[in-house]
Amino acid sequence: MTKSKTAPVKGAHPTRREALKTLAIGGGAAALPLWARYAGAQTSEPIKVGFQVHRTGIGAAYGRWYDRTTTAAAALINEEGGINGRPLEIVAEDDGTDPKRGAEVIEKFATQHNCDIGFGTLFSHVVIGSAPRAGELKLPYFVVSEGHHVASGMLNRYTLQPGITDVKSQVQAMAPFVADNLGKKVTMIFPDFAFGHDHRDYFTAAIEAQGGEVLEHIAIPPTETSFTKYFPKIPRDTEVIYHVMVGPAVLTFVKELGEFFGPQRPEMFGFIDSLEAVNIGSPGLEFLDGTYFWEGNPRYAQDNQSDYDAFFRERVGVDANGASVSDSKDVSTYAHMFGCWETLHVVKAGMEAAGYQGPQDRPALIEAVEAMTGLPHSNAHPQGAKIFNGKTHQVFGHQYITKVVDGKLLLVHTTSIEDTFYPDEVDYTTQAL
Amino acid sequence: MDFGPYLMLATLEGAVTAAVLALTASGLALVFGVMRVVNVAHGEFFMLGAVLAWWVTQMLGGSAVMGFVIALCVVPVLVGCLAALTDMVILKRISYDPERTIVATIGILYIFQQVTLMTYGPDARPVAPPFNTRIALPWIDFVDGRLSLYWPWGLSITSYKLAVIASAGVILLALWLVMTRSKLGLMMRATEQDRDMALAFGIPVEKVYAFVFGLGAALAALAAVLIVPIQQAHYLMGGDPLLLSFIVVIIGGLGSLPGAVLAALLIGLSDGIISVFFSPTLAKILATLLVAFVLVFRPHGLFGVRRG
Amino acid sequence: MTTDLKKSLLLHGAVLAVLFASQFVLPAYHHGNLARVMILASYAMGYNLLFGYTGLLSLGHALFFAAGLYGMGLAMSQFDVGAGPALVCGVIAGTLVGAVIGMLALRTEGVAFMIVTLMFAQAGYLTILYFGTYTRGDEGFVIAQPDRVLLGLDLSDPTVRFFAAFTVFCIALIMCLAVVKSRFGKVLIAIRENEDRTQMLGYDVTRYKFSAVVLSASLSALAGAAYGILFGYVGASFASVQYSIFPLLWVLLGGAGTVLGPLIGTLFMFYLIDLSSGITTAYMLIAGVVLVLLTVFAPQGILGELRRRVWKWLP
Repeated sequence: MTKSKTAPVKGAHPTRREALKTLAIGGGAAALPLWARYAGAQTSEPIKVGFQVHRTGIGAAYGRWYDRTTTAAAALINEEGGINGRPLEIVAEDDGTDPKRGAEVIEKFATQHNCDIGFGTLFSHVVIGSAPRAGELKLPYFVVSEGHHVASGMLNRYTLQPGITDVKSQVQAMAPFVADNLGKKVTMIFPDFAFGHDHRDYFTAAIEAQGGEVLEHIAIPPTETSFTKYFPKIPRDTEVIYHVMVGPAVLTFVKELGEFFGPQRPEMFGFIDSLEAVNIGSPGLEFLDGTYFWEGNPRYAQDNQSDYDAFFRERVGVDANGASVSDSKDVSTYAHMFGCWETLHVVKAGMEAAGYQGPQDRPALIEAVEAMTGLPHSNAHPQGAKIFNGKTHQVFGHQYITKVVDGKLLLVHTTSIEDTFYPDEVDYTTQAL
Repeated sequence: MDFGPYLMLATLEGAVTAAVLALTASGLALVFGVMRVVNVAHGEFFMLGAVLAWWVTQMLGGSAVMGFVIALCVVPVLVGCLAALTDMVILKRISYDPERTIVATIGILYIFQQVTLMTYGPDARPVAPPFNTRIALPWIDFVDGRLSLYWPWGLSITSYKLAVIASAGVILLALWLVMTRSKLGLMMRATEQDRDMALAFGIPVEKVYAFVFGLGAALAALAAVLIVPIQQAHYLMGGDPLLLSFIVVIIGGLGSLPGAVLAALLIGLSDGIISVFFSPTLAKILATLLVAFVLVFRPHGLFGVRRG
Repeated sequence: MTTDLKKSLLLHGAVLAVLFASQFVLPAYHHGNLARVMILASYAMGYNLLFGYTGLLSLGHALFFAAGLYGMGLAMSQFDVGAGPALVCGVIAGTLVGAVIGMLALRTEGVAFMIVTLMFAQAGYLTILYFGTYTRGDEGFVIAQPDRVLLGLDLSDPTVRFFAAFTVFCIALIMCLAVVKSRFGKVLIAIRENEDRTQMLGYDVTRYKFSAVVLSASLSALAGAAYGILFGYVGASFASVQYSIFPLLWVLLGGAGTVLGPLIGTLFMFYLIDLSSGITTAYMLIAGVVLVLLTVFAPQGILGELRRRVWKWLP
């Protein structure tokens, strides 16, 4: 890196501030409160991780498990001696799954709690609403969102996604399996908002590359609670239904789909996002038996389960069925929450590589993470090996396809990491730090 | 799917929506009519109904039918009592001032949502339907100049959905009988027409208010218990029913029960049928604009009369 | 009357002075919060013009806020317009939407007006989702830092942002004061108090109400456009029902029909959520209880109560 770590993005800052001050109070020397907030941390002080958590609002079911996973990961890191000999402290703030509050929470981390980094956001709109503020405050912002927003180049150099793959890579890696095993004539059902549109665009392109086609795109309004009336739009000659609904109404969606088709249904392929935190054995979901799902990380412990996965389950408190060990009805968001665990371990590795001491080393932390490439399958990365792309700030990894058999999700296919690659759309390293 | 069967399917689906909506909205219409206040927390009573139905069936265990029937009897009463209590503790103190009631009920909405989140949690949980058979439906079509019956692909409904439509009808009929034929109904109508005069005639207006508020909430809870085997109980599920019932009450003509039922039918069915012709989100936009334009050109609702 | 006017000028001048001076003493976090609150308070003041002074309760103001937000944002993202003209686009978009809604919705009154505005706002929200190709739907889009430069000033800089938010707030405050003190404002209040009588006195009530809707919409749109450009994000959640309820809540809390009420209400609600979320995760519970208590014990809102008890001259 030839860039100076201290070269500011907005070169004329102090002079402009001075000018404004002159304008405002006639050249008074009153110190603005925004400088000198960080007087250099003492080495015994904990490293503070601002955890933006969806405790309320639509993301609450995910938020609870992100919280548990994060707590478990922090406890492990602290047991193993912390980061650079300093303990890790999680400072959690609820963002209400709202982009406005999300941005406020980021400000609170940076300026009130004096956190070293921001971390942990899932919902895309909260990430996109918060990232500009993180960039302005120069707060490294590690998101666990699986959105394509980071790699698309929409955000900034301070926003990274090193612990979970993005929707574009997930979706395109599914197309070969679907085309080879399930059928080439696909009907897609997805929510009519950005997350659904990503699926629509990337999967349609990917399946066409495999010689298949999408017969019909059925976009469901996000506020919808009953679905049967949309199903007649599914063409008769559909071989595969690709579904990716989210939100509390997904159970209704699956149930009504089952009632619509009755005994004869086409093949079905879905994203587990629909059924995260939902028991596959719930009444009405019998219909899913024999259908296929993308899973970021298989919820049910598989026969060939790795020691790393067993370790991860044990530390977070998840049983072999993906539910809480203390309450078998409390099903986890297993396909996503590993992202929190892995991201914290990336942060640890990054801070140690950068010799992180305090907020003045934040640019060095960003550069250290950007320099990462291979992340081996390990206790730190229980979901599988990964490759981080420092230019796009996005990690790439294996994807899993499972089949519902007797109310359990059994692994049938694991994609290679290469299946998930696509050409870079941005090079964040060209942006100033 | 052919056009005819598709339209029939959409109509049936619309009828289920309409049935539940009619129940929920009649509760709001009752409160609005008699007490002249807008209860923003009405959707939360709906949500509580669904969540309590889950609790009850869960606690009892046993057969789905038993649990559901008990939930159907117990839950509306519980929610009704809670609402009546809310009325006596809060709304009475602010003298049913329209604007203050809006803020107070927004506060109540927050309280109910948060308490539910803390106790019941953020998950959407299903209640098993007492019975649920898929019924394939036939369609009649001309084939070679003759009428013939066939079973189109996908055209079906479940027995439970039919039962929801039927029970909503029965409950609404009962409500109408109570309002028009019983002494209780007389007291409510008297209070609705002239509060002071009713008071002068010895009607315990305060008690009537508490009762009406409770009854309104109970109707919402009842609708929720009926729908929860189809949709799941979730702590944020109250928003949509509130908006829709609100619309229904206004379109139907303020506080008019028959108007509300007709408006619920109109909105439920049009929601289903419009979705046949347009892409889903566009259909929602059009259905929403339709409601707005009905009001723009019939400001007192479809069935309302101008009040002094 | 003149002493009242003097007192009122003094009070509002003092409030502005305190707000301005506070940027030099507040810690960074609250400094940023105040900038945000001033923008949102401008939105609430726009709302108050219609609700507090004219007596029209709208449940669809998020439409105007979002019109400003997206008018500004789309002008930038789709047509590469600069920050200044984009802001103007936002305000124009809000004003136009306000004019259309005003023409349609004012055929109704009372609760029907509430519903019609609610429905139009809901249709607007869905429209944003429908045109996801341009708006990125619920996810929204970022206004990149290089685009957020107005008159050579970088709006993402905290000090500049505060100053810009303060300017927007000043515009809103002065506009509200001017309206309230003008003959136009007096007619609006007359409409609120008794519409039929105002009509009988020969005023074209519909025309006045229409002007109030448009004015209120423009101010809300200004706040929306400013919010987007100052905080760098444009998203559909700002068009949802919630953001129509918020200004109502802020205004009622602060005191409907008072010029400063919206500021007080917004500030109060912001810190109520922020502080209680520090104490407990159940902050919504606290917010709910406080709302209920306020309606029971301070029915006219905080400033309304003050006006009733102490400062009878408060505008």
